[in-house]
Amino acid sequence: MIQFFNVSKIYAGEVKVTALKDVTMNIDKGEFVFLVGPSGAGKSTLTKLIIREEVASSGQVMAEGKNLARMKQWEIPFYRRNIGFVFQDFRLLMTRTVYENVAFAAEAVELTRSQIRQRLPMILEMMGLETKKNAYPHQLSGGQQQRLGIARAMVNNPTMIIADEPTGNLDPETSAEIMQIFQAINRRGTTVLIATHDKAMVDKLRKRVVQLREGFVVRDEKNGGYSPVVWDDRDGSHAGASREPRIGGMQSES
Amino acid sequence: MPAQAGSRGSGGCRVKVSSIGYVCRDGIRNIWRNKMMSVASISTVAISLFLLGFVWLFITNVDHMVTSVESELEINAYIETSYTRDQGAELSEQISRLPGVATTSFVTKEEALIILNGRFGADANLSDTVGVYNPLPDLIKVKATDPDLVPGLAMRLENTAGIEMVRYGKGMVERLLQTADWVRRAGLLGLLGISVAAIFLISTSIRLTVYSRREEITIMRLVGATNWYIRWPFLVEGLFIGVFGSVMACGILYYGYLGLAKYLTENLYFIPLLSDMEILINMGLNILAYGGLLGLIGSFLSVIRYLRV
Repeated sequence: MIQFFNVSKIYAGEVKVTALKDVTMNIDKGEFVFLVGPSGAGKSTLTKLIIREEVASSGQVMAEGKNLARMKQWEIPFYRRNIGFVFQDFRLLMTRTVYENVAFAAEAVELTRSQIRQRLPMILEMMGLETKKNAYPHQLSGGQQQRLGIARAMVNNPTMIIADEPTGNLDPETSAEIMQIFQAINRRGTTVLIATHDKAMVDKLRKRVVQLREGFVVRDEKNGGYSPVVWDDRDGSHAGASREPRIGGMQSES
Repeated sequence: MPAQAGSRGSGGCRVKVSSIGYVCRDGIRNIWRNKMMSVASISTVAISLFLLGFVWLFITNVDHMVTSVESELEINAYIETSYTRDQGAELSEQISRLPGVATTSFVTKEEALIILNGRFGADANLSDTVGVYNPLPDLIKVKATDPDLVPGLAMRLENTAGIEMVRYGKGMVERLLQTADWVRRAGLLGLLGISVAAIFLISTSIRLTVYSRREEITIMRLVGATNWYIRWPFLVEGLFIGVFGSVMACGILYYGYLGLAKYLTENLYFIPLLSDMEILINMGLNILAYGGLLGLIGSFLSVIRYLRV
């Protein structure tokens, strides 16, 4: 679905910053991927390349076989409609109700009134917000606010959800609840890519983990944990000492 | 967000028909959001358009006046007092055969006194005042076939034997045209200046809205709103500011002008103001179009500068 071929991204400015170096990877349809690594490792750049907010300095980013660098400006919005984006800080419109926040996104992608009337209650129910539809964001708990953020991302029925630190502002319990929602979305066939620092969550879910450090992909592991440690079984219990890390001595940070 | 310049693609500036409602609603909401700024912009548009309308009406009226004065332009040739009635009538006859003369009419001094009396109104009675002695000379009224021939004809008549003095509306038409020209120039210059100010204010007003809606714009971009879906509400906002301003200007001009016309007909009947609706409607439509244009230009400037999507 999304393919990176030797992708590098250099931000030109007073100081040149190389955010991604020679990244080659593949995200298949229906996958659930955690993108981990310290701040500044290139996680955000990677997501921005996928939504075509940035263009690779070298190498190619392909989506459904299409080279994103060659995509015409007017095609970008239509491409983005296939991707739902979830933010760490929710980015809700505080002066609008729950329903209006979702409707706002639906109107932006030019769904018709009848489509909106039909789809919104469904999405709000899926996110457990149907009773809150007339509430304003500040009247919601953090978890509810993020569920609203996800509802908004889901409004156009995207094939992929990208979340940038979706649980960064939430307590562990609420984070678990949000992760369950992402899993549920993934089970319906939607590809999910989550950039996160949430070690506990990554370790618990045992999904594919792509680890970045200083712009390089240093680990790409199926059913991986947050850090390259050895697990002795699948029930999530930690074996203890870190044995041979696959690449270098990775430091986990949170 | 780094700007991707030149985002005009082959997608065109269309939005779906079903989205026109959202776009207009957002445009009006934008105006409401920055009430003070919108009021300032609308007032400036109104002032500049009021000026446009004022110049328009003034020039239309002057043009009309010039035409009517020109059509009435005639030469009064006063006959020497030594001439008898018959000689005067004879002279009138001769003049009517001159090239460039349309008609002549011989006016005796008694008739002239009655005409003069009429001009002073019913209250005055000049015959009583002057008594039996009538100081007016007999005169010949000469109408030219073309107003342009009047000065030459007047000169010729002045040199004709039996004519003591020639009078005509010398310079009146010229003065009217000069005034009209001056008003046109000054008005258009003022209009230009105020239009620039209006565009600047509208553009600032739109810029503030862009700023206050930056969160929404980010979200719209990420969910995949087209550039024109994002831009149109701002253009609509500018358009509405322009149109509101025009409507305000039209209202002031309409009532102001009709009031003035009424006052003039009642008090200064010799300044005939045009008061047919066709002129006012014509002016109104032009003002509306110009106001809308100002609004669109102002918002467009802001949209391309501050809304790089």
